Amino acid sequence: MKRIVVHEEHCLGCRLCEVYCLVQHSSSRDIIKAYRQEREQVMPRVLVEESGPISFALQCRQCSEPSCVEACPSGAMHRDERTGAILCDEERCVGCWMCIMVCPAGAVRQNLAGTRIASKCDLCYGSEIPACVAHCPNEALTYEEVDLQEGGA
Amino acid sequence: MRIVIIGNSATAVGAVEAIRQHDQAAEIVMISEEPLLIYSRPLLSHYLAGEIDAARLGYRPADFYTKHNIRPILSTRVTAIHPEEHTVETDSGAQYPYDRLLICTGGVPIVPPVPGADMEGVFTFTRYDDATRIEAHIARNPVHHAVVVGGGMIGIKATDALMKRGLRVVMVELAPRILSMSLDKTASDLLANLLEREGVRVLTENTVVEISGEPGADGDVPHVTSVHLRDGRGLQCELLVFGIGVRPNADLAREAGLTVNRGIVVDAFMRTSAPDVYAAGDVAEAYDLVVDMNRTVAIWPNAYRQGAIAGAHMVGVERPDRGGVAMNTVEVCGVPAMAIGDSAATGDEYEYLVELDERNNRYKRLVLKDGRLVGAILVGNVNRAGIYTGLIRAKVNVGAYRNSLLSDRFGLLSLPDHYRKHVVTGHGIEV
Repeated sequence: MKRIVVHEEHCLGCRLCEVYCLVQHSSSRDIIKAYRQEREQVMPRVLVEESGPISFALQCRQCSEPSCVEACPSGAMHRDERTGAILCDEERCVGCWMCIMVCPAGAVRQNLAGTRIASKCDLCYGSEIPACVAHCPNEALTYEEVDLQEGGA
Repeated sequence: MRIVIIGNSATAVGAVEAIRQHDQAAEIVMISEEPLLIYSRPLLSHYLAGEIDAARLGYRPADFYTKHNIRPILSTRVTAIHPEEHTVETDSGAQYPYDRLLICTGGVPIVPPVPGADMEGVFTFTRYDDATRIEAHIARNPVHHAVVVGGGMIGIKATDALMKRGLRVVMVELAPRILSMSLDKTASDLLANLLEREGVRVLTENTVVEISGEPGADGDVPHVTSVHLRDGRGLQCELLVFGIGVRPNADLAREAGLTVNRGIVVDAFMRTSAPDVYAAGDVAEAYDLVVDMNRTVAIWPNAYRQGAIAGAHMVGVERPDRGGVAMNTVEVCGVPAMAIGDSAATGDEYEYLVELDERNNRYKRLVLKDGRLVGAILVGNVNRAGIYTGLIRAKVNVGAYRNSLLSDRFGLLSLPDHYRKHVVTGHGIEV
């Protein structure tokens, strides 16, 4: 399946991926409205880590044997049959945070606004290219066909 | 090939999903004591609290059985396993032959031998019918006071749910503190204080020694009205929940002559001592990589994973178990808490990194042994907790990075390059 590949050597730490991820997952999908009016309800699903000269953007690694799906007791965390993406069904999530406890990348986070549910990358479900990849100015994020080894990540 | 599964929860689903990933032809028969299709037991407290409806308890969509071509046999108890003949026998008198058998019978709630424990209004809290019986009892009777026996996971979840239904709850715990198996004193006290602030009385080093009741309006079974505690105190209550814990439901296996300690002993493929018989989940004594021995750990992630390992092996796919890590998460009055691995460890052989912010209900305790992370407690801020779990699983030497482990900016960048790249790319070091 297609996965987001992280190239830390190209990352400038500009955080545009976070900005466009947030906009993509806002209800207005408008950068001004998303930041001015929806900032409390929506959060980016990609996180830039930065330390000195090194930075990189990280979102769900789409593991081949996802710990979050194994650990989820509500059935919310699942693999989408059509695309293979690991998705969190927000209607089913009860916010027990099991997924957060087991994700080795720390790529699932609490969305504490409103219903308190787990928030993770959905590869911009339905889009051809995820927003973070599309808006990365330096190709530090690319979208490629990658097959992980069993047990990978 | 015919696969028989005794049980119908996380382990069974893990097994079925792994079997069908590799094999569409095998016949799967699933025998369950309960009348229901697969549902999620960890969600029962949310249901009892009124936060979700019964439909949300469904752990998999309603077409799970047809889609995976499973024959569910519900409301049926397996009464005997005959390993020699490769058959199981049920209380309906039927015999089911198997080529492969998976025992995932889970645990049974522990009820101490207290006089009066058979009264109306006394419950355990692990199954759907426990939740509905508690609901019915509250609806039919004037119930205002509840006693929850046990300050572990089940006790806390029951307390939380009853509190949200407006009951006054007293929690009675035998140990000197709540969640004593997985939390240290600081974390335990933090959560107990939160409970007390919400109106729950937490009584430790105490237990219920007698349950008293009066005849109810609807017949001659007495209804609970009060309990006596070990320290001589009496408490009024119209509802009592035993939430002490569960023991492996391994009687069938024991009677069939399988090797059973506390749970059914299994190898890395979840095979028991009997040919073609597997056991997984809460009933099995599987490998725990933190304590480096086999033991029973009744948690959902282990149950699912072990089921998947057993299922795969049944159809010829070898995915040896690298071992489980004990872990759990609970939310008390809106504050999440996690305990991972050897989280409550004490002793000179360990090193501890702790950070307490009492005012904001935040606490972190990391336990290191020989430079490796072996346990973690997180209260309040739990984001990115899985990075710690990953380090525990991979047994990464974090000695040189210990100073960054507690930092608010802790992340993958705080860690050894090769480990970070492995997590990010999914390739590289084998964990």
